[in-house]
Amino acid sequence: MTPYFHTIRIDEEKCEGRMHCMRVCPTQAIRIRDGKAVIIEEKCIDCGECITVCPNNAIVPLTDPFGELTRFRHTVAIASPALYAQFGREILPAKILEGIKKLGFDDAIDLAITCGEVSFAIQEYLREYTGPKPLISCVCPTIVRLIQVRYPNLIDQIIPIEPPRELAAREVKKKKSQELKIKERDIGLFYLTPCPVKMISIRQPAEKGRSHIDGAISISDIYGPLHSAMENIEKRSYREALESICILGIGWAMVGGICRTLRLKNSLAVSGLSEILKVFDDIEQGKLRNIDFIEAYSCHQGCVGGSLTVENLYISYNKILNLIETLEFEQIKACPDIREVRKLYKQKYFLIDGKFEPRPLKPLDKDLAIAIKKRKEKEAIFESLPKIDCGICGAPTCLTFAEDVVRKEAELTDCIFNLPQKFAELSEDLSGLLNKSVTLGSIRPYLKKAQKKKEEK
Amino acid sequence: MSDESVFSQQFNIKGGDFSNAGKVSTSIKEILKDIGIDSSIIMRTSIAAYEAEMNVVMYAQRGLLTLNITPEKLHLNLEDKGQGIKDISMAMQEGFSTATEKMREMGFGAGMGLPNIKRNADKFKITSVPEKGTSLDIVFCLNKKG
Repeated sequence: MTPYFHTIRIDEEKCEGRMHCMRVCPTQAIRIRDGKAVIIEEKCIDCGECITVCPNNAIVPLTDPFGELTRFRHTVAIASPALYAQFGREILPAKILEGIKKLGFDDAIDLAITCGEVSFAIQEYLREYTGPKPLISCVCPTIVRLIQVRYPNLIDQIIPIEPPRELAAREVKKKKSQELKIKERDIGLFYLTPCPVKMISIRQPAEKGRSHIDGAISISDIYGPLHSAMENIEKRSYREALESICILGIGWAMVGGICRTLRLKNSLAVSGLSEILKVFDDIEQGKLRNIDFIEAYSCHQGCVGGSLTVENLYISYNKILNLIETLEFEQIKACPDIREVRKLYKQKYFLIDGKFEPRPLKPLDKDLAIAIKKRKEKEAIFESLPKIDCGICGAPTCLTFAEDVVRKEAELTDCIFNLPQKFAELSEDLSGLLNKSVTLGSIRPYLKKAQKKKEEK
Repeated sequence: MSDESVFSQQFNIKGGDFSNAGKVSTSIKEILKDIGIDSSIIMRTSIAAYEAEMNVVMYAQRGLLTLNITPEKLHLNLEDKGQGIKDISMAMQEGFSTATEKMREMGFGAGMGLPNIKRNADKFKITSVPEKGTSLDIVFCLNKKG
């Protein structure tokens, strides 16, 4: 029924309806029905907060198993900077890429250099832009979806530049199919992802275009095998390995990385959904119109905090930071050529294929007059509730419960505080029934007479 | 008016209460989303409501904001008790502000408040009595664009 594809599934066998997910969901997209968690598809923005908090591990992200590789004649892995963040200075990107190839991929591509190009493209876009501010980065698919659902009028403030993973995939496919003389669809591109939402952005891009990536494999799935695969790789010279790292690009793994490496002064770096909500509320009120750019990630500390990573997010944040500082100290600037980027930028090389469309939530009713009536009902119901947000009714807050009742998705008596009233009604019904039996008693003699007559006949 | 299709709600705003500033306009935004008002009108209303709310917080002792919605229009009325405005035409100029140094440090007082309300509204009326208070009427049409 729903047109939205989600990568988050609830395992009904494991789910015990313990409400952790329901309480943490930033868009109130989870309800507990008949003791099991249920996701309201149109509200879900695939942030994965629920995956992290589930005490039963009953919420599972959908990523691709390794076996998917055999579908293609040539397979390429795209390593996100968040993968490098798992290892930091101890194991440098060059060795990680070697290790990935040993796992069975025909090739492994460094994404940091593309991230660097996109950093420059963002800089160009910021320079030319004259519309309402601040502009918002589009690298985190959850942020894009959050804006589509909750802040539809900020949609034109998302920078319409392809995320590096898409751009790299597009170019790699083009290049490889020429080099190897095979069709683009015979090349399988796999993104090594730190979070489940990137998987959806592959299956169903927010801008309704087509993704160039064929699948996503979680960093946590690949981490163990990759570690063993790297054991036998001979160490290259440290300096040489450092020189292949794009400083602009590796910053993409952590919040603030883009701002820092581009030296954007009038920008904010925000991470963690609860923080994002506050900042976006402020943007909607026009409070932040003097800010140029907001680098926003739904996970704490940026992509290093993704739910499919292995290392503690603060440690991996530090690892990337140390790497950036080392590169700055050694004055290594392996960056894309900015003149080349500008040339490509003019040719619209970086722009997204399509447009971001809003996905606002359904109002209480299509008809304004009825919607007004229902809103009043919702307020009246809310006023009658205890307002303690206990969650026993299956909705995260009393307010969402009131809304569910108005939308006829829940019954007022689902609230246990309404139970005494329900018992009162029931007992009234019951005594009514008893009274009826009393009347039955008073007509009993007549019934007996009637029966006698029957027998006589 | 007790007509079913008329929505009406009142909000109290306390002067000087910077920590709660913005809460009224946020609740108005939530109401409009529920009712299904066009998102561009929500944006304009919420900016106007925010600026009006901030004016009370900064310059008045207290204010009462009334939101009225009918299928045709959305009406915000704000009555405040406070210092009032001596010269309205001056106050309507962009960049004019009587904000104190302290307010400016907090990022307010850019002199864009009233002009911003006027720019976003379809109809805007302001009256004020110095030392008594100010009254604002802000109307948004719901049937047509602009």
